[in-house]
Formats: sequence, structure tokens, C-alpha cells
Amino acid sequence: MTTATTEKMTFTDEGFQSLLSSITEPAWLTDQRKTAWNNFNDLPWPSNKDEEWMRTDIRLFKLDKFALGGSAATAASENVLADGVEVAASLKFQNGQCTVGQTLDQKWIDKGVIFGNLAELANEHGELIEKYLNKLVEPSIDRFSALHAATWTSGTFLYVPRNVIIEQPFHTSAVMSDGGCDFGHTLVVIEEGGEATLLAESASDAPESSGLHCGAIEVYVADRANLRYVNLQDWSQKVWHFAHQKSTVGRDANLQWTVGALGSRLAKVNQHVDLTGEGAQSHVNGVMFTENKQHLSYHTLQRHVAPHCISDFLYKAALQDSSRTVWRGMIAVDKDAQKTDGFQRNDNLLLSAKARADSIPGLEILADDVRCTHGSTSGRVDEELIFYAMARGFTRKEAIRAIVIGFFQQVFDRVTIPSVRDALGDAIARRVREYE
Amino acid sequence: MSDVLEIKDLHVEIEGKPILRGVNLKLTKGETHALMGPNGSGKSTLGLVIMGHPNYEVTQGDILLNGESILEMGADERARAGIFMAFQRPMAIPGVKMADFLRHATTNVRNPERKEGEDLIPMREFRKEVKEKMSQLQMDPEFARRYVNDGFSGGEMKRAEILQLAMLQPSFAILDETDSGLDADAVRLASQSINEIGHGKMGLLVITHHDKLLAHNPPEYTHVILGGKIVETGGKELAEELHEKGYERIREQYPDAAAVNDGEEVVAT
Repeated sequence: MTTATTEKMTFTDEGFQSLLSSITEPAWLTDQRKTAWNNFNDLPWPSNKDEEWMRTDIRLFKLDKFALGGSAATAASENVLADGVEVAASLKFQNGQCTVGQTLDQKWIDKGVIFGNLAELANEHGELIEKYLNKLVEPSIDRFSALHAATWTSGTFLYVPRNVIIEQPFHTSAVMSDGGCDFGHTLVVIEEGGEATLLAESASDAPESSGLHCGAIEVYVADRANLRYVNLQDWSQKVWHFAHQKSTVGRDANLQWTVGALGSRLAKVNQHVDLTGEGAQSHVNGVMFTENKQHLSYHTLQRHVAPHCISDFLYKAALQDSSRTVWRGMIAVDKDAQKTDGFQRNDNLLLSAKARADSIPGLEILADDVRCTHGSTSGRVDEELIFYAMARGFTRKEAIRAIVIGFFQQVFDRVTIPSVRDALGDAIARRVREYE
Repeated sequence: MSDVLEIKDLHVEIEGKPILRGVNLKLTKGETHALMGPNGSGKSTLGLVIMGHPNYEVTQGDILLNGESILEMGADERARAGIFMAFQRPMAIPGVKMADFLRHATTNVRNPERKEGEDLIPMREFRKEVKEKMSQLQMDPEFARRYVNDGFSGGEMKRAEILQLAMLQPSFAILDETDSGLDADAVRLASQSINEIGHGKMGLLVITHHDKLLAHNPPEYTHVILGGKIVETGGKELAEELHEKGYERIREQYPDAAAVNDGEEVVAT
């Protein structure tokens, strides 16, 4: 698929038609879009009557303030995750338009590794992509998934063939400018016995830049495969962020997924991992740091389909000002998924009296021989801790910074990529302000 | 150079409730003072107020460091001015490594003018020093990589406090039951370490229930606090008497203070 026009297209039937005529892509993909566009027209916007949206108010979100195919951002995209790291290949996105940074070495191409703009690769590798695209994240889930599936124009495709092991990480960075739209779709397929690392980050070009991200992530980790995946979003606090993210993990395969959620005005993210093969493992590490009036809502689902699997989700949030987080976690264990180890935990550190963290852990267990634990804590920084550090010469601010970074350390300890640990640590240290 | 820490007619309240009712005490660098008294008499409070705990309100009197009031100084400024307290119950700071905490603390205390974000003392230099001090205290080097007081045994916590004392080298140190909750060997080790690190060099204010610590660190003065007031001051023989015979004589001799002290205890429970 290639985009031919830079004209602004609205989210109307007319706009959708002109989007279709501006792109060249396989017929199956266009058909997908049309079905999804019908879904979009049929479905209502979620409302606060829906259990999932009760705590997340999107009445101020107006889609008609945005348009597809906005102008390219002029600012350079960030690279904090792979700082000082030699990458296998990289992509840059500016308001959803993709350019290649570091190209993939020929030796990997010869082995069948594919990495690039999903939209372009859909023409070249249509058959392969058709097998996977929009199969995990179905367009009909809600109005956002439908909108995304109908109108996405770029994204990341990473394909690692059977038994190919790549040590160097892949890196993508996306930047949005004021009024920008990023409908990026990420599709990762690691075939049996393959191993890779993908570092993905996104940011705005300026703190005042508004924007809309309506995205989807689909991650396939086949039997015995191994993927380390990192998402860091640091958009401005004027960006709306809606995303569905889903992964399936096969027999004896391993997915380590780290999420850094710092930016956006309002985020509503559904993260879903299915453990479908016996002995599959998934470790999810989440770090959220909010300020001002940010609202971040993360809904995680760890579903055990096969027996003897391990899932371990840990989300930690620190909240400043009158910001708010919602974390709703669910461990679902199917009837046949005996000997499941399922863990979920959400800890929140309230750095202001006006901040609020809602934490709703849940279990749905149909098997009878499982070990599942869930828990959550929310509290303020203990003044006695601050005093203790101050009695050792720390200023109040230094004491709080140390305590907050320490609070997140438990998550960092689980991250096996040093550059990612550093990036997350630095980002958090920068955010800690005076604490009343 | 900090030489004299002077507490003058100090009255302190917590949530409107008086705890200290006119404490006077003068501690010169190099001297060791024992502070003794029954439970609820105000020993720990005096230590915490000197250190600058925000929950306590000084309603009257003053604390002077070389003649200058420190009442308006935060705990961090007091630490940088050379005051230290080894806490009875040190706080755990999960996720913060002992070594990182100590390096930051040592830097700030040694460079009182340091601004936030300025360089810490060089890692190599710091490591060498902390390693020496740890071996002196018979601490496993692994200790430095653990999180501050997180999951420490009582003995480990107390040793960690002494390690901080050794690194920060304050002019004045309040040791609040640094020998409690330890077995006999650990008490001896703590007592000896404090002797090597601070006795005769720093001004020590030692709060203790045991005689071991004072046997290794003989005090020039012993103060008995009762009902929020120092009722008697003597030499090291006073400490010995109290260890042997308890507070009965003191209570009889100072019935008013004893009544206040007992009243406080009733209120506290």
C-alpha cells in the first residue's frame, strides 16, 4: 500500500472513500477496511454505562477535530530506549508516515527476516500478512478497533522465521505534531524457536501538541519462540490514546512485555495475552507515571488456555497532581489449563492528595488445580521514610525521588534490557517534582 | 567546626500533648553523654527533635549548634551541619540500594553546599571506603547491594545504622538504643565499633537500657530524664546505679516528675 495524497481526509463515508482511492493495496486488505468501516458506522461510541468505560470519560473526545493524512511532523523522533545500543534495524514514524532509519543487514534478509512499514509490506508479503493481520485484535471489538482497522495507513511489521535468533534489538520511534493522527498498527510474528527484541517508543514534538493515537498491536509468539517487547509512550498531555493490544504465546514460548505509560491526556488501553501452548510464559511489566489531569486506564487480561503456563503481570503507578489511573486486571483460566501459575499485582503511589488510583483485580478460574494470586496497594509516600532519608542529608526532593524510583525498582529489576531500564529510570526521575 | 550542641529549656509537644517540659543539656564534641529514663520519659523524643522530625512542635526553648539556633533547619540541613541519629527503628526503603543511598548521603554530608543534581563522590573512592568500613563491622559485602533496611534482621539494621555513622562522621550523634534487639556477641561488636568510630571524637548522646554499650563507651555524664525533664545528672556511676537498681530511687526522689511520667504512660496507652 502506498499513500498518494497529502490532502486532509475526514472520518466520513466520503473521507473513507478518498482514503481508499489514495492507497494501493491487496484486495483482501481493502475488503477488511470496508468491513471495519461498516463496523465503525454500526457501533456506538463507548459510554460510561459500559462497565469498561465507567471510570473513563471520553465525552470531550471529538473525532471530527482530527483528520487522516495530516502533515508530517518536522521534529526528529526520540531515541531513548535504544540509546547507545546497536540496533538490528529501525523505523521512524512522523504523524503516521514511515521512513526507514537503520536498514536491516542483508544476512538477516537472506534468512527471511522481514522488518519494515506494514503498509508497504502488505503489497510485497500479502499472503503472509493476511494470515495474521486483524486476527488477534478483531475490528469489531469496539468503535475504536473498527476505526483503526478501517483507516490505519502505516505501522510496523516484524517477522522472524523459524529458529532465527537475533540478538540486536529492532527499534521504532514515532512522533506526532500538533493535530496529528497516528493510527499505527504493529504486527509481530516470531515463528517457532525464533528470538527477537523490539523496542517501540512514541512521543509528541512539543508539550502543547494535541493528537490522536488509535492503534493496535498484534503479537504472535510461536512454540519455543522468545520475544522481548518494550512500549514506551510519552505523548504530550493533549493526546488521546486508544489501543487494543493482544498477544498469543505458544508452547514453551516466552513473552516479556514491558510497558512505560507516561504521556497522553487520556489513555484507554486493553492489553491481552493468551497462553495457548503448554508451558508458555508471559511476564508483563508496567510503569505508569501521571501528572496534571492525565487519565490512564489500562485493562489487562492474562488468559490461560493451555496447562502448565506462567503469567506474571506487575503494574506500578505513581500519580502527581489530580491525575488518575485505572487498572483493571483479570486472570482467566480455562477449564483445561491445569497447573496454571497466574500472578497479577498493581501498586500505586499517590504523590498528591488529589490524585486517584482505581485498582480492580479479578480472577475467573474454571480449572481446579491452579495457583493464582492477585493484589493491589495504593498509598501515599510515607513521611517517616522521607524524614529518614533527610536525616541522612537528602533534601526532601531528593528523598522523594529516591523513594519513587525505589518504588519502581521492583519493575525495573524484571526488565532484562539495560538501556530500557535506564530510559525508564531517567524518565521517572525527570518527572518527580516537589511533593506536598 | 561544630563544637557544642546546646539544648536550652526545651519544651516540645506532639499533637498538642506536651512531651518535653524544659530540657537542658550541653554536649561538647568529644564527650559521651548517657541519656537514661523509664519508658515514656521522652528520650527518643529528645533525639528526634534534635534531628528535626517534623511531627514535633517546639513550643519553648532552643537548640543551638555553636550558638546558632537550628530550630528552623530541616533534618537534611541538620545532617549536613554534622548532626546524626542512629534510629531505634530505621525505615526500610524498598528498591533503593544501600550503596546508592550511602553514596548520596555521604556526598551531601561531606559537601554541605552541594546542589541537587551535582556530582556524587567518585564511585571508586566511595566503594573502597565503604568496603573498609563494612569489613570493620564484619558485614558481608553483599549488604551494600541490598535495599535499605528492606528485610533486614534487627541486628542487620543496627549494624547498617553504625555503618552510616562511620561513613557520615558527624560531630554529634544520637544513638537511640543502637544496642537493643541484639544478641550478646552483636552487642559487643556494636559497642566496640561505636567506640572505634566515635568515642572521644564525636559528641555522643547514648540512649540505652544496657550496660555493655556504656562499658565500652564510658560516659562523662549521665542524664536521667523523667516526665519530660532531666531530673538528675551525674557521672558514669549514675548509669551503673540505674542499671543495677532501676529507677525506684529516682521516682521517689522526684515524685512530681514521676507522676507526670506515669500520667503520660496512661495517656499513651
